[in-house]
Amino acid sequence: MSKNDIKIALIGNPNTGKTSLFNQLTGLNQKVGNYPGVTVDKKLGKSKLSATQNAIITDLPGTYSINPTSLDESIVLKTLLKKDIAASPDVILVVADVENLKRNLLLFSQIKDLEIPTVLAINMVDQMNRKGISIDLSLLKKELNTEVVLISARKNEGIQEVKEAIIRCHVAAKASPLCGINSKIDPDYFENLKKISPNYSLYELWLMVTQNNYPDTITKEEKEKLLSFKQDLPKLKKYQHKETIYRYQEINKILKKTYIVDKSKAKDLRSKLDKIFTHKIFGYAIFFLILLIIFQSIFDIASVPMDFIDGVFAELANFTRNSLPEGVFTDLLSEGIIPGIGGVVIFIPQIAILFLFIAILEETGYMSRVVFLMDKIMRRFGMNGKSVIPLISGTACAIPAIMATRTISSWKERLITILVTPFTTCSARLPVYAILIALIIPDTKILGFLNLQGLVLLLLYALGFASAILGAYILNKTLKIKARSFFVIEMPNYKLPSFKNVFYEVVEKTKAFVFGAGKIILALSVILWFLASNGGNEFNNVEQTVIAKVENQNLNQEEIQQRIVSTKLEKSYIGMLGKSIEPAIKPLGYDWKIGIALIASFAAREVFVGTLATIYSVQADDEDITTIKQKMASEINPDTGKKRFNFPVGMSLMVFYAFAMQCMATLAIVKRETKTWKWPLIQLFGMAFLAYVSSLLTYQILS
Amino acid sequence: MNTIASLNIGEIGYISEESLEIIPLKLLEMGCLPGAEVELIQHAPLKDPIYICVNGSHLAIRKETAAIIQILKSEI
Repeated sequence: MSKNDIKIALIGNPNTGKTSLFNQLTGLNQKVGNYPGVTVDKKLGKSKLSATQNAIITDLPGTYSINPTSLDESIVLKTLLKKDIAASPDVILVVADVENLKRNLLLFSQIKDLEIPTVLAINMVDQMNRKGISIDLSLLKKELNTEVVLISARKNEGIQEVKEAIIRCHVAAKASPLCGINSKIDPDYFENLKKISPNYSLYELWLMVTQNNYPDTITKEEKEKLLSFKQDLPKLKKYQHKETIYRYQEINKILKKTYIVDKSKAKDLRSKLDKIFTHKIFGYAIFFLILLIIFQSIFDIASVPMDFIDGVFAELANFTRNSLPEGVFTDLLSEGIIPGIGGVVIFIPQIAILFLFIAILEETGYMSRVVFLMDKIMRRFGMNGKSVIPLISGTACAIPAIMATRTISSWKERLITILVTPFTTCSARLPVYAILIALIIPDTKILGFLNLQGLVLLLLYALGFASAILGAYILNKTLKIKARSFFVIEMPNYKLPSFKNVFYEVVEKTKAFVFGAGKIILALSVILWFLASNGGNEFNNVEQTVIAKVENQNLNQEEIQQRIVSTKLEKSYIGMLGKSIEPAIKPLGYDWKIGIALIASFAAREVFVGTLATIYSVQADDEDITTIKQKMASEINPDTGKKRFNFPVGMSLMVFYAFAMQCMATLAIVKRETKTWKWPLIQLFGMAFLAYVSSLLTYQILS
Repeated sequence: MNTIASLNIGEIGYISEESLEIIPLKLLEMGCLPGAEVELIQHAPLKDPIYICVNGSHLAIRKETAAIIQILKSEI
């Protein structure tokens, strides 16, 4: 970022096409952090405004006002009140929906009063004719005293004009309040407030008082004076109400002159669709059907590319082993790094499909209907209709899901949602389930069309949701937190999803997952490979010991070689580690090799498959071309002489993975969102305990 | 006393001036202003939450909130 770049903050109500505009302005030049250590509050993008002028655009969360009622909205306030030169925006770009201009202008009027240069982009103007709306643009510009541009972000219309307006606005650098609002409510009161500091606009001072949020630059003296205004709280509240009414009066005055709606023209697709989607019976039936379709497609559609990827990486490892000279480096590549990367890449189809569905549900406006349908039910369990979104996105990844709880304004409802979200079946569990299901459930159809394996997967998802709901119920009864719950959600217009928005969302989320989680998985695979290929004295002497042992057993050369390799694994560092926890996990049906995979997956669940792949490659015969699945299927339990991954063991493992909190990244995000280690630790130990007990019961009952 | 919660599906009311101080600021900001026309569009089972259209905004609010906002059945 160069010094001359214009810093732009992009602000707007939810569902105004803010994301579309952001995508049009920045293309794929976006940076988002979804993983620990990277800031998640802001989405940044670079845009070329003209041949000589670049801009850095910050996409702020959608909000109806800068008076925040949720964490999400408080980010907007914090960004705008910050007086530090490096972070504060040069120009604010407000996006408004042409159909709901009145309400959108409320936010605009607040922004304008901050006295920062502002551009207003009125979006979705391609709908104006159909909705019978006409705007007197030049008069509107004059009345609002700002640059106004009509755009249609989805159709890429008016984007150039937005860029030009931003440059003009930046050059002119003129900023004046829109309403001069506060002095009309109580002149003396606001005159005194204004006197506190000449460095801030009156509205900024008013926000500091009402929102209890102060910029770093404020002096101690000024702050004390501001605090004295907080003594009469009912009066503050009353003035805030009056302020809003006054703003609406001013907006109405302006719109009366500049904005005409011919109501007879408004055709209502919305009411027809709402009759079905929010219907007392059909609404729920459709919702359930959609969930069913999503989960069936994850298994059916994703399995083809996944098998392909699995095969490719097995071939690749084999090719590497055969074509490179023998040595430690070749071993590291073919037994550590390649299977490790394979374990990450194999996720892409499933994650992409999940994010695709979620993005479509959000884009079409359907998600709000689900929130509406589910609020009452979720409330019984101490959550909120809005908790449905985290619980559904949790099926992709708990990390963005937990961040999505920021829209919930009640702390108790939000905390409960955060705590139970990791129970939902995230995509990291999918490879574990997928491979175990493939091993223990026959690939048949029931009732002629339902894939039995898919059905088992659906049941595992149901188990995830059920435990989340049950967990919430228990938490709701035990947590002693007093929090006022207030709920309002906008029901946006139905829209066809924009291909570009959905595509960007899927690419960005998948990328974040692959690179974020991928690093951990890759690092762990290399460490595991090292631990499996090295050991103490016993490890180094394995060959002599084994040969001495089998001298009289009349074994051929190949059998001796196999015995050596498996004994080597047993005596390696990782073997020692697995052996040490074997007594604890034996009642669950696991051996020390699965134990190793369990230990490794406390960093991230998806490591399970990769770890077993690494372990079995180390012990495998060099010439074998086998996929992970084949390797697992041929693993024998030496105690019984039968398959290691039989029905009870597979079920017990799946139950373990359903409940255990095996994701460092999620723990880190919970710590950040709750600002204490207390909650992530409760999650970690509570869920581990639950996982152990349930797997124990599962295995003991089934075997 | 008539409140938003007492409306039937498709019925229209007008928010009374007395409600000004009771309406949560957030709802006020979303267009739920005294004098505004409110239409009940749909309600979930047990009449909670309810789906309204007010001042051009389509919103879902809980029954407990709707039950404190008084309305008049005809325009002021």
